[in-house]
Amino acid sequence: MSELSQVNAPIYEALRKFRRMRVVPFDVPGHKRGRGNMELTEFLGEDCMNVDVNSMKPLDNLCHPVSVIRDAEDLAAEAFGAANVFFMVGGTTSAVQSMIMYACKEGDKIIMPRNVHRSAINALILTGAVPVYVNPDVNHQLGIALGMSVSQIEKAIEENPDAKAIMVNNPTYYGICSDLRRITELAHAHGMLVLVDEAHGTHFYFGENFPVTAMAAGADLASVSMHKSGGSLTQSSFLLMGKAINSDYMRQVVNLTQTTSASYLLLSSLDISRKRLALSGPEIFAQTVEMAEYARAEINDIGGYYAYSRELINGDSIYDFDVSKLSIYTLPIGLAGIEVYDLLRDEYDIQIEFGDIGNVLAYISVGDRKRDIERLISALAEIKRRFGKEGTGMLTQEYINPVVAETPRRAFYAKKRSLPLDEAAGNVCSEFVMCYPPGIPILAPGELITPEIIEYIKYAKEKGCQMTGTEDLNIERLNVLE
Amino acid sequence: MELWFTERHTPNVKFSIKVDHQLYSGNSEFQRIDIFDSKEFGRFLTLDGYMMLTEKDEFIYHEMITHVPMAVHPCPKNVLVIGAGDGGVVRELTRYPSVEMIDLVEIDELVVEVCKKYLPTTACRFDDPRVNMYYEDGVKFIRRCEDMYDVIIVDSTDPFGPGEGLFTKEFYGSCFKALREDGIMVNQHESPFYDEDAAAMQRSHKRIVESFPISKVYQAHIPTYPSGHWLFGFASKKYHPTNDYNGTKWSMLGLKTRYYNPRLHIGAFALPNYVEELLKDVE
Repeated sequence: MSELSQVNAPIYEALRKFRRMRVVPFDVPGHKRGRGNMELTEFLGEDCMNVDVNSMKPLDNLCHPVSVIRDAEDLAAEAFGAANVFFMVGGTTSAVQSMIMYACKEGDKIIMPRNVHRSAINALILTGAVPVYVNPDVNHQLGIALGMSVSQIEKAIEENPDAKAIMVNNPTYYGICSDLRRITELAHAHGMLVLVDEAHGTHFYFGENFPVTAMAAGADLASVSMHKSGGSLTQSSFLLMGKAINSDYMRQVVNLTQTTSASYLLLSSLDISRKRLALSGPEIFAQTVEMAEYARAEINDIGGYYAYSRELINGDSIYDFDVSKLSIYTLPIGLAGIEVYDLLRDEYDIQIEFGDIGNVLAYISVGDRKRDIERLISALAEIKRRFGKEGTGMLTQEYINPVVAETPRRAFYAKKRSLPLDEAAGNVCSEFVMCYPPGIPILAPGELITPEIIEYIKYAKEKGCQMTGTEDLNIERLNVLE
Repeated sequence: MELWFTERHTPNVKFSIKVDHQLYSGNSEFQRIDIFDSKEFGRFLTLDGYMMLTEKDEFIYHEMITHVPMAVHPCPKNVLVIGAGDGGVVRELTRYPSVEMIDLVEIDELVVEVCKKYLPTTACRFDDPRVNMYYEDGVKFIRRCEDMYDVIIVDSTDPFGPGEGLFTKEFYGSCFKALREDGIMVNQHESPFYDEDAAAMQRSHKRIVESFPISKVYQAHIPTYPSGHWLFGFASKKYHPTNDYNGTKWSMLGLKTRYYNPRLHIGAFALPNYVEELLKDVE
């Protein structure tokens, strides 16, 4: 076999070859190349159904890769500068959980910022690991949680020298990065692993002038949402491993929860997307950044809105900023971010990534067209003209430091009762409450419910945030520990 | 040998013109531009394969999109034209002595260059000193305009492709802002006949109704557009298109037209029942 390089996409190539062989399927999936479900085939297309196939010798097996998947993973490792890479088909959620399940057993401590994605706290429930939260710095004007300051991490390490790992967001949803190199040095000096949630950082690996990547900073593990800025299909991700990680043990950890019938649509999308980024990443992300910078300048020119960027950098909790992110602070026009988010969709047929109390985030990628960017900017100008108010009386508090009373696992499995929201203060919550997106918990299992948090939940509901996590789908009641 | 230009008007309907020869074909940053010559319609311009104008019937479109608002507004001085790289609207506008400034915003400079060379019947007044050319996205240009224009003419292509931003609510809202307190906006409003065109027509009508206090629709017969039955939108801050119309005053200007006249002006706003219903559905 000839030497593979980044121009290859082994899974994709194997699928194309397989399709030409016209193998008669007496295996699953039962739709048999789509013929058994014509309505679905008409909707998704014959080409798509044709490659929705099961693992088999010529196509390898994700649970135990020895041929084309292995080759594709090796190419991905080379592209990301990692020692090893796994293709993940359960989203970055499964990658984050695998990182934590690798690093921590029951009772082990893990240092993490509280503004992690719910998948990280879910992993704590699965493993029984104990979180040591580092409260992120908060920008009180924008109401957003920032990165972790190095001094806070030093303190957490000093107080918990037995912690097994440190988890870092690189970047946060809003594009903010901590000092990953310094944090990694500190962690390694104390024998701790560094796990990095890079759900929003795929492009750091392939573009130019972006913040440092987990692998370049020497971190041990990273979870990368290829389906976000990388262009692969929703739910497909990469798990990156550094030199110190035993990848064969990691595979066993991943296989604890991963499907045994991985979708080849997802796998091939990862393979093709990796090839594309490896070959033309710099141009792709230069275009993305150019569009984001253009939009930022135009939006700031409207007045009222604040599309922030690198000027926020403070050398510590905002060590770096991802300029491809278009985060916009909306309160000065008298509208909550979530209200602008809803107006954009309902009035202007523009769907953006999310709106929270004070901000909206428009996701910019190479798939955007200049004329759509113009529409977004004009729609924001129109929203200000038509709906703008005095920017007073707006709730600005966004991030509330939690009080942890129980480990997530004990709280999740404990005996509980249901209370109306208004009567829940003073109790310990046994479930999540969060706005989705971004999926960062307002309350996590084991945390004390305070009047401040209840006020926040009610305000977010009133403004139209999509709240999730609770057993009660209407979020009128909360489960609390007995 | 027979050479035919064919445009699909629906997945099941085609419209063809026998082509004598092709005069130009090229690609700009935005679209493919072609000019053909034909026996029946003379020269014609297509963008991405869609008919934009023919020498034979362009007068209908350009007279109707221009004279209707210009005749309703008592004294139009500043006029903004968006799209219209073929020059037809500018040709009609420059006939009004009251007009002091014509800003033309066309996204595609190559369309203007090609029309200047091959369509002298329409692209003949770009050199009028009142005309200022801006080659940029109309959505962007108008964002910064406030209280500036008496009349805005939106001579867009179709609600897909480079012109799609000109059918959006953010654009109509920006036009409202860019107009003076008695300003008028007229736009190319698609056709009510085939389902897909009708849906696009309703969508833009809804957005205009939501953006302007007065929003009416008028019609013309344009043989080379899908179904031949074409609509224009008349959106206004103050003037009603027929109640505030003074046909005698317009006639006094002595402009010679081939399609438009004061009686037709009033009649053009009388719509077939099915069109009235389509419009009412979204009002």
